[in-house]
Amino acid sequence: MNALADVLLQMVQMALVLALAPLLTGFVRLVKARLLGRRGPSVLQPYRDLARLLRKDAVLAHNASWLFRATPYMMFTALWLAAGLVPTFTTQLALAPTADLIALIALLGAARFFLALAGMDTGTSFGGIGSSREMMIAALAEPAMLMVVFSVSILVRTTSLAEIATFMMSGAVGLRISLALAVIALVMVAIAENARIPVDNPATHLELTMVHEAMVLEYSGRHLALVEAAAMLKLLLYAALIACIFVPWGMAGPGGGGGAVLLGMATFTAKLGVAGVLLAVFETSIAKMRVFRVSEFLGGALLLSLLGAIFLYVSRGV
Amino acid sequence: MHVEEDSLHGVLGRIGRPVADHRPWPRYTTTPDGWRALLDTLAGNRWTLVGLWGEPGAVHVALREDLSGDLGVVSLDCPDGRFPSVGAVRPAAIRPERVIRDLFGLVPEGAPDGRPWLDHGVWGVRAPLAAAPVPAAAPPLPEPYPVLPVEGEGLHQIPVGPVHAGIIEPGHFRFTANGETVVRLEERLGYVHKGIEGLMRGRTVADAARLAARLSGDSTVAGSLAYARAVEAALEVTPPPRAVWLRALMAELERIANHLGDIGAICNDAAFAFMLAEMGRLREAVLSTADACFGHRLMMDRIVPGGVAVDIAPDGPARVLELAAELRRRFPPLVRIYDDKASLQDRTVGTGTVSVGLANRFGAGGHVGRASGRGGDARRSPSYPPYDDLEFEVPVLTEGDVNARVWIRIREVEQSLGLLEQIVRRMPGVPRDVAGTTPLPLVPVTADRAGEGMALVEAFRGEMLVWVRVGADGTVDRCHLRDASWFQWPLLEAAIEGNIVADFPLCNKSFNCSYSGHDL
Repeated sequence: MNALADVLLQMVQMALVLALAPLLTGFVRLVKARLLGRRGPSVLQPYRDLARLLRKDAVLAHNASWLFRATPYMMFTALWLAAGLVPTFTTQLALAPTADLIALIALLGAARFFLALAGMDTGTSFGGIGSSREMMIAALAEPAMLMVVFSVSILVRTTSLAEIATFMMSGAVGLRISLALAVIALVMVAIAENARIPVDNPATHLELTMVHEAMVLEYSGRHLALVEAAAMLKLLLYAALIACIFVPWGMAGPGGGGGAVLLGMATFTAKLGVAGVLLAVFETSIAKMRVFRVSEFLGGALLLSLLGAIFLYVSRGV
Repeated sequence: MHVEEDSLHGVLGRIGRPVADHRPWPRYTTTPDGWRALLDTLAGNRWTLVGLWGEPGAVHVALREDLSGDLGVVSLDCPDGRFPSVGAVRPAAIRPERVIRDLFGLVPEGAPDGRPWLDHGVWGVRAPLAAAPVPAAAPPLPEPYPVLPVEGEGLHQIPVGPVHAGIIEPGHFRFTANGETVVRLEERLGYVHKGIEGLMRGRTVADAARLAARLSGDSTVAGSLAYARAVEAALEVTPPPRAVWLRALMAELERIANHLGDIGAICNDAAFAFMLAEMGRLREAVLSTADACFGHRLMMDRIVPGGVAVDIAPDGPARVLELAAELRRRFPPLVRIYDDKASLQDRTVGTGTVSVGLANRFGAGGHVGRASGRGGDARRSPSYPPYDDLEFEVPVLTEGDVNARVWIRIREVEQSLGLLEQIVRRMPGVPRDVAGTTPLPLVPVTADRAGEGMALVEAFRGEMLVWVRVGADGTVDRCHLRDASWFQWPLLEAAIEGNIVADFPLCNKSFNCSYSGHDL
């Protein structure tokens, strides 16, 4: 009976992240537009964009290989699965025991690996520039992310997200400097990973400044729809991850009834809303940094996460 | 008048003979020997090249002595279709010479660059403006254009454009980069060649004015003004005083609108969209005021030879003053945001530097020149009414980077606001005739005489030159329009060198050269 509920909740979770991801992207765009004094498109616009792209024919370069065609599916699958692993409204998920933070990072890395290859596949200069920049960012963002994971794992003695969330909710942790450093580092990584300002600009039309967009310039139709949907899922994933580790309150625990699940969903939506507003405000208030400054930015994230881990060892109190 | 031996007119008088009916500055015809003697002088840093253009069987070069502000034109007949290259001694002349070759078939001897420039091989004709154009079937595919070779280890090329990801004008940029660092940039332009100079031939001066207004849409007032002043100089027409002041009012409105748009767009290229949105609102206020005053947001076709086509609306002066007050209130806080934003300053300071020497060598005007220590402004020198009667400063900086070009624009907006207020307060009133109606400030341009005229006008990008020869039948025999971009585009190639690829959009926007105005 319990196993059935786990599977059911897991399926609800998978459907929920897929349904909410375009909404979060649309919400961030709307808030940004409002901050600039524009009316902005409806929050539903990303859904319409995806539907439009799915209806259109996909145009392929003559020299595109199977890799180029397969990448959108692999990316989308990896990110959808990854987003399904992060406990959003309940910790009672069928996949919780098998998947942990390390698996999550591996899934994200695999998606990135294929996208970078696909960017170079057609041999255009922009794809190459995008892939090279993406790899530079990844080489710095992934260690920082791992250090964050280690800090948290040392504290909680597990890498399972469901257990981390349960532990955090129990209040046994208290206020810790390590966690503060880890959350800052994770936010910085999330900004870089999601191609947001100041690392990348998701709204730019300038080919020469693009990172993520440069890699996907050659995609069209359903391929582009999948790539875009994957990017939206990634944004939601990071918001859910930060919420799950650092503000898990409101999430339904094991054996929670229907009421707890509904409360979990409501709080999760509220958390996403807060994250969206914060992201929009941050992006509006800052200019994009020079490409080579990204290494300093992510180096800072790595240093912060490292400090967090060291603090855990040298001091019992923090 | 005493002429110094080695002053501009001293030298030009020695090598050539003055031509009658060229106003307001003299034109001299010279021999190939005299032309070569001129090139020897130009090899040094004396005098600025302000224009180089052709006509069937002749070339003209316009020069300025920066210290005295004197201007002069030298012409060389080339019956054999060849002339000694100016580009060999002045790099700024290379592209104009390539155009002379493309359009008139005149060959610059000893030119450092023999490739075509505006002619992409798809016109179906060679030398379309020459006395006898050469039919040439357009190939099914455009001929390959050899870019300049760059050699070195680990270098790779990045072709960008002519079709870009955003809705902007077309131009091709070929980067040679070492990783992210740009080793060399080569531009290729000419994609929006409209044949304006060819279309103007044989049209009445009034018809041709419409073409001059469409050289570049964002500088339509400056284009019309330069053309109108050149025609008026050629035909010795003096526009009514009120028209002169109204023209200045339009020119300053255009300058403010474009500078505001540019400041916002530069910030937007650093992904700081807030400034674009705010500056867009201010620009809109300027454009709607222009619409309310002159019935057209960009004030296109409002300036015509002889005066202006429409007078300002009755409530116009009050609206302009309101606009100036509004901008004085809303603009400074935004400037403070620009100045205080560390993340923005990090992008603009020290990026895309143009050296003072290079700006002088190319005679770059406008914000490009003034950000690199070159304080030229056609409103000051050679000056034209009513600016000789108005108070304003010409801001000059020496840093030469993107930040300096932004600040030049900011300062110019402030100066132009002052000019708006002065113009509105001091503009001559409307003369009423006996019937109580108010005639337009426009005098007829008589079409019963021939003449050559030239004008330099300060557009928002820098000085725009128009040279025109009007025939005795009142039609345009030859008209040359030279946008400020001609001497700014080459500097962009220099500005980006050593910067990173991702900073190019920022540098490019800080120049904001015209494609349409350059491609003619």
